[in-house]
Amino acid sequence: MSDANGRPAGCWKEFAKGIFSQNPIFVIVLGLCPTLAVSVSIENALGMGAAATFVLLGSNIVIAALMALLGKMLSPEMLAQVKKIRIPIYIVIIASFVTIVDLLMNGFAPALYARLGLYVPLIVVNCIVLGRAEAFAASNGVIASTLDALGMGLGFTLAMLLLSTVREVIGAGKFYGYPVFGPGYSPMLILTLAPGALLTFGLFMGLFRHLKNTRGGNGSL
Amino acid sequence: MDLFELFSIFIGVSLVHNFIFCQFLGLCPYIGVTERTSSAVGMGMAVIFVMTLTSAITWAVYEWVLVPCGITYLYIIAFILVIAAFVQLVEMFLQKSVPALYRALGIYLPLITTNCAVFGVVTLNKIELFGTTNSLLKCIVQGFGGGAGFMLAMLIMAGIRERLEMADVPEALKGMPIALITAGLTAIAFLGFSGLSI
Repeated sequence: MSDANGRPAGCWKEFAKGIFSQNPIFVIVLGLCPTLAVSVSIENALGMGAAATFVLLGSNIVIAALMALLGKMLSPEMLAQVKKIRIPIYIVIIASFVTIVDLLMNGFAPALYARLGLYVPLIVVNCIVLGRAEAFAASNGVIASTLDALGMGLGFTLAMLLLSTVREVIGAGKFYGYPVFGPGYSPMLILTLAPGALLTFGLFMGLFRHLKNTRGGNGSL
Repeated sequence: MDLFELFSIFIGVSLVHNFIFCQFLGLCPYIGVTERTSSAVGMGMAVIFVMTLTSAITWAVYEWVLVPCGITYLYIIAFILVIAAFVQLVEMFLQKSVPALYRALGIYLPLITTNCAVFGVVTLNKIELFGTTNSLLKCIVQGFGGGAGFMLAMLIMAGIRERLEMADVPEALKGMPIALITAGLTAIAFLGFSGLSI
């Protein structure tokens, strides 16, 4: 990855782009399913963010290293053959890391694992992970891919944190499990249910687009 | 065999726990393909077809390969490979033998490999149904019901979106945001089905 002048882009840029200008949730709009399903509470969002970041990091590093190695070892014709089956290769690598997270979380954080349930194995079909493998890790070095994965993971976690804060505070009257309003507050239950996720996310997207339009819109939030 | 149990699985997975409105599985095609009713139908049919059959195949792989070998913890890798291989196979088979169906489903099939709803239904099968009596039949019903619920949601959304094009939507909400808000409002209607739990 290099900037417009052909110089290698700075490390900070690789890292920061995932958080704002190419935020996986609000800008690229990938990986909606876990975002909406898990953002019921801040605790769940943090757990899911950590799990997805781990998978992203592992798969990005391994795929970048593998592709660099294959590029050195194989002849150009062989490499072209291998590139035809790259997607199954990515998927197996990703699935291995998801299995690791699944087993680790089941062993060390069983309560969180029970709450996230189905969505931990589902990281394997999360478009962010495969998307970064194909769009970034396959054609960049290991260090750049590591930073990219960390930035994307953090951007994903922050976006979920934003959604889950709104949903938990308004929908349950709590912040990270602690009540924030007095006992007189009756929670707006709909926000913790399924429709609340879609409504909150839709309104947030509209808000960001509005801010972008009114601030001149240079492609970043 | 208990027909009532199968029926309650079907209602549960297609309406009460609808994949799109209650579990958020398969949102990407839901937003991406629902701009026209015809493409929503094509995608829905492809999903029903693939979900029903992969439910049966993953059952067989789990019970006959993973369990005897004692490697059930590898189910994530096994299932995703089964889905990817199966979708590829169906695509090649349809192209050669049933070209009419291939033309109808063709462009939607490759999209299905990364559809979380398909992986979601086989994982749900594994969590909820494997090991119960008649589990194969239940898995097939769950797969078919999940696909049917998915198609229902796609059709509703496509119908609404075709009319939304004529509506006067605020500039910032055009496209994705209004689609999500519409989906949210439809999901409130689907909450009504939770009284149907049998």
